[in-house]
Amino acid sequence: MTKNILLTGVGGQGTILASRLLTLGLQDNGYDVKMSEVHGMSQREGPVLTHVRYGKKVWSPVVSKKKGDIIIGFEELEVLRNLEYLRDDGEGVVILNRARVNPIGVLSGKDVYPPNIQELIEARAGRVIALDATEEAEKLGNPRTMNIILLGVALKALGLHDEIDWNKIIAENVREQFVEVNQKALKLGMSLV
Amino acid sequence: MKHLLTGDEAVARGAYEAGVRFAAAYPGTPSTEILENISKYKGVIKAEWAPNEKVALESVIGASIAGARALAAMKHVGLNVAADPFFTFAYMGVSGGAVVITADEPGQFSSQNEQDNRNYAKAAMVPMFEPADSQEAKDMLADAFEISEQYDVPVLYRMTTRVCHSKSLVELGERVEVPIKPYAKNIKKYVAVPANARIMKVKLQGNLKLLEDYSNNCKWNRAEYGDTRIGIICSGDCYLYAREVFGDEASYLKLGFTNPLPAEMIKDFASKVDKVYIIEENDPYIEDFVRGLGIACDGKNIFPRNGEMLPEVIREVIYGEKIEADAELAEALIGRPPTLCAGCPHRGFFFELGRKRNVMISGDIGCYTLSSGAPYHAIESTICMGASISAGHGAQQIFDTIEDNKMRVVSVLGDSTFFHTGINSLMNVAYNKSNTVNVILDNRITAMTGQQENPGTGMTVQGEITEQVNIEALVRTLGFENVRTINPNNLKEVKETLNWALELEGPSVIITRWPCALKKMHEWDLKEFNNPFKTQYEVLEDVCIGCKACTRTGCPAIVFQVDKKKSSIDPYKCVGCSVCAQVCPVDAIQLKGA
Repeated sequence: MTKNILLTGVGGQGTILASRLLTLGLQDNGYDVKMSEVHGMSQREGPVLTHVRYGKKVWSPVVSKKKGDIIIGFEELEVLRNLEYLRDDGEGVVILNRARVNPIGVLSGKDVYPPNIQELIEARAGRVIALDATEEAEKLGNPRTMNIILLGVALKALGLHDEIDWNKIIAENVREQFVEVNQKALKLGMSLV
Repeated sequence: MKHLLTGDEAVARGAYEAGVRFAAAYPGTPSTEILENISKYKGVIKAEWAPNEKVALESVIGASIAGARALAAMKHVGLNVAADPFFTFAYMGVSGGAVVITADEPGQFSSQNEQDNRNYAKAAMVPMFEPADSQEAKDMLADAFEISEQYDVPVLYRMTTRVCHSKSLVELGERVEVPIKPYAKNIKKYVAVPANARIMKVKLQGNLKLLEDYSNNCKWNRAEYGDTRIGIICSGDCYLYAREVFGDEASYLKLGFTNPLPAEMIKDFASKVDKVYIIEENDPYIEDFVRGLGIACDGKNIFPRNGEMLPEVIREVIYGEKIEADAELAEALIGRPPTLCAGCPHRGFFFELGRKRNVMISGDIGCYTLSSGAPYHAIESTICMGASISAGHGAQQIFDTIEDNKMRVVSVLGDSTFFHTGINSLMNVAYNKSNTVNVILDNRITAMTGQQENPGTGMTVQGEITEQVNIEALVRTLGFENVRTINPNNLKEVKETLNWALELEGPSVIITRWPCALKKMHEWDLKEFNNPFKTQYEVLEDVCIGCKACTRTGCPAIVFQVDKKKSSIDPYKCVGCSVCAQVCPVDAIQLKGA
């Protein structure tokens, strides 16, 4: 059975490294894996949506709407925007990082950032794991590891935490000076579920 | 060991393995990363950013004539620019094998149109491949070069956004060295004057006819039988989407070689299935052919002609599984429109230009296209690369025929777009004497596609230091006397220069010169711009009157605190361009640490 994962956030939040490690780990464990990424025209802080699919044999690189097993949400509004990808049978999981990156309309005071995002998600998901990953990352001494903490949470929620040697995947694919902190971040993420 | 690669990375690897020696391209989403990845094979493949796709393809034609395998890559609309040499190259044929990659955009993620470039293969009578995933993107390329040489014709290689930007597992191979064929002068082959070209065309038609046999027998076209009640004919990534939906509950004719299409194979397949569906993105390219064979099928009569043929689209059409929009979510959502980055040198310019009255702002393709939206509401037309200056010229010629005309055209485009085709347009302004204001937004890089070097930056794609076009000198040589180069972050200078240009009787050129805030600076940039983007501004809260003037610069570093009715500046974003400080009526925005 093919599993469908979506990572969403805005450019600069580290979704790319998180999805890269995720796909490499899945590949290392012998899964067929495909990934597709769409980003808009902004060079910075544009919406990012990454589709990751894995299983014995994967055909389409794109997750269909209402077929997503899990949304790894780096930013609240972007989770809301992509919530239509979550399966609607009450089995969908959403990992919600309590982070808001205000779009230009909010910055300029024209739009109001939707206040009820978590409620809207909870009404549609089977399970919502909400956390402040940036705060957790700061405790580790490197706020940029927020993405790996979220990945850790997701891996635990997906049941992938034991089956794959993630420390090895990090050691092989992250620059040496950041290996240890990222391994710690992943472990921390896994412990939060 | 398999590697997880995007289609762009895989096709670049394919170029290496296929013995390619020369590659040229102009950046364009989703094709940009093809040449970027090819350029890493330094010393093996000579890779070049060309000023435009026509130049890229012509260089490739030359490399082929000189006997080497060569490749050009471009986005779909780029092939429009390169269409002129493309059609004649088909007539001439090759010496070293030649492949033209077109990266189409079903769904229009980052393009001005959704044209289906498979039509080019048919129109130019060249063979065409359509890979579905990264493994095919790599493997088919080697065969494309074989076909090119065997049948003496350039090959069109059609990818789409999903093929280019999706990752899947790829088994790599080794490079096969293909020797450079000795150059032989061959006027009848390479001089396309009518007497020769008539003969060339007959040869091309003959070769295409021979390729029908290849198409019916090659491994890239194959039937896969499951349940024969449904038979699906598809190409490219549509095969993956169809497979996703139907699994083994259908039979598939998967086409990877799609010009000429395999008539015998299609007839055979159609005879073995009860119902034929054609699943393809955009135009009914396969469908028209199948119908021409007298085969009944369903295609664009039931499937949309726009956008991607994703599994959910197929499910809706075939099974009626419509995904209803969630009204409550739609109601709650707010947009995240693309914005100019903090520190973008276009900001100050458009802040001033957007305030001008009685001007038509003729725009172009680049980050500055975003100035058509809030808060600038500046550019009023965007057509294609380089069109700002020429379309602006045409508009001004008409405005000037109207009695008491007050309308002036301001045409704006970036440095790379100017080098691409804007140069010709500017020459036309001088030659045909239109009274336009022409602005070259020189941010020292090709920015929107993700920071590519260009003829103005002083660096090649393979990291060699090279000549820099002197835009001001070039423009003066074209015949412009009214030329000014300004700093776009200096609002007073921008305003004065625009007023100067708009009051002139003749045409003018304004060059704004300041680097993109994301640019990886060269040594000479750091020197010229005095190590920019290292300062920050802050809002003095007790001085701020909450007038929101700074928010009208559209800078994402400025945060208006609704509760306090005061502005603030995000220290993680501000890079010190100072535009907001110049706009503030009460000097509440000050340089940090000053």
